Amino acid sequence: MALLQIAEPGESTAPHQHRLAVGIDLGTTNSLVATVRNSVPVVLNDDKGRALLPSVVRYFADGRTVVGHAAQAAQAQDPRNTIASVKRFMGRGLADVAHVESMPYVFEDAPGMVRLRTAQGAKSPVEVSADILRTLRERAEASLGGPLTGAVITVPAYFDDAQRQATKDAARVAGLEVLRLLNEPTAAAIAYGLDNASEGIYAVYDLGGGTFDISILKLSRGVFEVLATSGDAALGGDDFDHRVYCWLIEASRIGPPGLEDMRTLYMEARRAKEVLSAQDAVHIGLKLSGGEEIDVTLTRDAFADMTKKLVEKTLAPTRKALRDAGLSPEEVKGVVMVGGATRMPHVQRAVGEFFGQEPLTNLDPDKVVAIGAAIQANVLAGNRSADEDWLLLDVIPLSLGLETMGGLVEKIIPRNSTIPTARAQEFTTFKDGQTAMAIHVVQGERERVSDCRSLARFELRGIPPMVAGAARIRVSFQVDADGLLSVSAREMGTGIEARIEVKPSYGLGDDEVTRMLREGFEHAQEDMSARALAEQRVEAQRLGEATRAALAADGDLLDPAERAAIDAVLVDLAKAAAGEDTPAIKKAIDVLGRSTDEFAARRMNRSIQRALAGRSVESL
Amino acid sequence: MSESAGLLPEADLFSSDHFALFGLPRRFEIDERALESRYHELQSAAHPDRHAHRAEQERRLSMQWATRINEGYRLLRAPLSRARYLLELEGIDVGAENNTAMPADFLMQQMEWREALDEARDARDVDALDALARNLRQARRDAEALLARQLDVEHDNAAAAATVRRMMFIAKLGEDIAEAHETLEN
Repeated sequence: MALLQIAEPGESTAPHQHRLAVGIDLGTTNSLVATVRNSVPVVLNDDKGRALLPSVVRYFADGRTVVGHAAQAAQAQDPRNTIASVKRFMGRGLADVAHVESMPYVFEDAPGMVRLRTAQGAKSPVEVSADILRTLRERAEASLGGPLTGAVITVPAYFDDAQRQATKDAARVAGLEVLRLLNEPTAAAIAYGLDNASEGIYAVYDLGGGTFDISILKLSRGVFEVLATSGDAALGGDDFDHRVYCWLIEASRIGPPGLEDMRTLYMEARRAKEVLSAQDAVHIGLKLSGGEEIDVTLTRDAFADMTKKLVEKTLAPTRKALRDAGLSPEEVKGVVMVGGATRMPHVQRAVGEFFGQEPLTNLDPDKVVAIGAAIQANVLAGNRSADEDWLLLDVIPLSLGLETMGGLVEKIIPRNSTIPTARAQEFTTFKDGQTAMAIHVVQGERERVSDCRSLARFELRGIPPMVAGAARIRVSFQVDADGLLSVSAREMGTGIEARIEVKPSYGLGDDEVTRMLREGFEHAQEDMSARALAEQRVEAQRLGEATRAALAADGDLLDPAERAAIDAVLVDLAKAAAGEDTPAIKKAIDVLGRSTDEFAARRMNRSIQRALAGRSVESL
Repeated sequence: MSESAGLLPEADLFSSDHFALFGLPRRFEIDERALESRYHELQSAAHPDRHAHRAEQERRLSMQWATRINEGYRLLRAPLSRARYLLELEGIDVGAENNTAMPADFLMQQMEWREALDEARDARDVDALDALARNLRQARRDAEALLARQLDVEHDNAAAAATVRRMMFIAKLGEDIAEAHETLEN
């Protein structure tokens, strides 16, 4: 594969500088952690050799928390305190969650995000996810032999801002430095594309446990460019289980089951679904707690029939993504299947018929996302080698806008905009002498605010009194490379500045994250201060190395006095890092940042200049 | 080759227009492949993924640059936004002009298309929607050819602004057709 070559002098990384970075697939049903070892991406197994960690967490009244297989096995026994498929609740209020009636949990509606009442008190989905992530972090650190520099965490491409922010918060609570939030289908495309040296238009059809994504990508000369993405953030394998569960109750003519029986029936439904991917029929026979006997047989055809609507539901977003990309199904060169639910034969058949070709199933649909995330993490941590010179250009899945008069939405950034991106729009006052303006940020495609997801509300105050329509309020949206939004507003017309900047957040403040972080360490019986010291040392070393590499490459951009100043700061940083004083290291890091501001700006300009110059040389 | 030869002075780099950033002549007809490969080259240098392991301020700069490059690519890639941007550089704001008078034949055409869209939507006729979309694509191509002449050959900005306004009507109709498709599918 002809990869784009960008020389970065002084950036080659010797093996001893290899930084420990992982990719984590935080799935609805199962989670995985992978890394790149000796240039080969590998999934890290637990001490029993298992790659998949069931995304199930059990909370005991005595404060113990169990994650994974043991928790999964206890689902029927202790359904209220054993949380499965928590990803469905991330960044969601109670009203947004489907099938609440057939879930064994006790929900508490809280501002922004639902809580689950357990033997250890109310748990936010962020905390439950953090317990899963912490287990994976510990697995990785035990396996790799040291603290991690950072992690790439994957999210469904169709996750909105609230769901992404919740995922990032969970990683912070788990003590992980998030290098990037990466869209799951894009991660799969990286793993697939680099492995197969693919060029052309590819579709990634990703049906997971609880989410569906479809992404259309253009692969050319080492660039992975997402053209469009669509999906359904509440559609996945769980819904197929739910259909079978409902059928079991109907076919067996039993009344509404109790909590334990409900869990047992769900687990049987899932088992039946999985068996039907390999066999034409499955027998389900069991005795419920009240003595009722279930003795039925489900055929593959009957299963396909009862879940036909669910499969069809994936094709509408698929058409939409193609339309947004301006493409027809025939223009797609390959369709990569991702997610355990794509093992179902009738799903593969429907996708094959839609695109008029056999879908690609040669990569393990359970592991491909974690593998792609690990490859990306390795590059982002700075372990890039010459043959990994590829570039990823991703998009936001849903439009971002503001509420205007009459409850209507003014779109500021349309869906499928390549990130990072920024847009601004000017608004004006409605009444004479109006000195404040309410700003309501929403995400979604519908015209009415009530049909979109509310992300944040804030007020811009201190607008000088003017007649209606005279003020000019400029509202700016910035979406970063993680797909996360920040919003600022200012009055432009007068010299007086009223300015506010918000990051939408969903009930989790920084202090709350810190509290959860502390609790997490108490449970894991780790020493938080020792960890903080280790982390600051890793960070100091990382930045020291990066700065020295930058000086070696572009030192000529500095005059001798500027150079001497930076050298002195580097010496101070090394001294601080050798000591035990965590705040002192942090301070030295901050000083280094400020001292190299101007140098960084000059380097960035030079780097852009070089990109421009490269072309001129070629065209001569 | 010496590094500074033929390049923009540093201070002007961030404030330069998008054509200069992408190293393209300031005209409507552009080499689309050159635009795309230049876009990839610029992002390869600027994108946050290239600076993720660097210090905070470098990551911030990288995001600002990558944002600017994405914005430039978006504006230059689509013929309609490229034409609007060219006129904007000439001091003509197409959207703000009060004179939105259209030639009578184009208004008639508009009305016919609108009726066809309403009929297809009411009859839930996907084939009719597709046919309308094809007609619209042809109209767009014709308008683009006209723009190339008006902007690059005749340098008639007033005429070009009128063509751009027609293209805006066509684009809006295109969006409505896509929306109708979506409604029929769900």
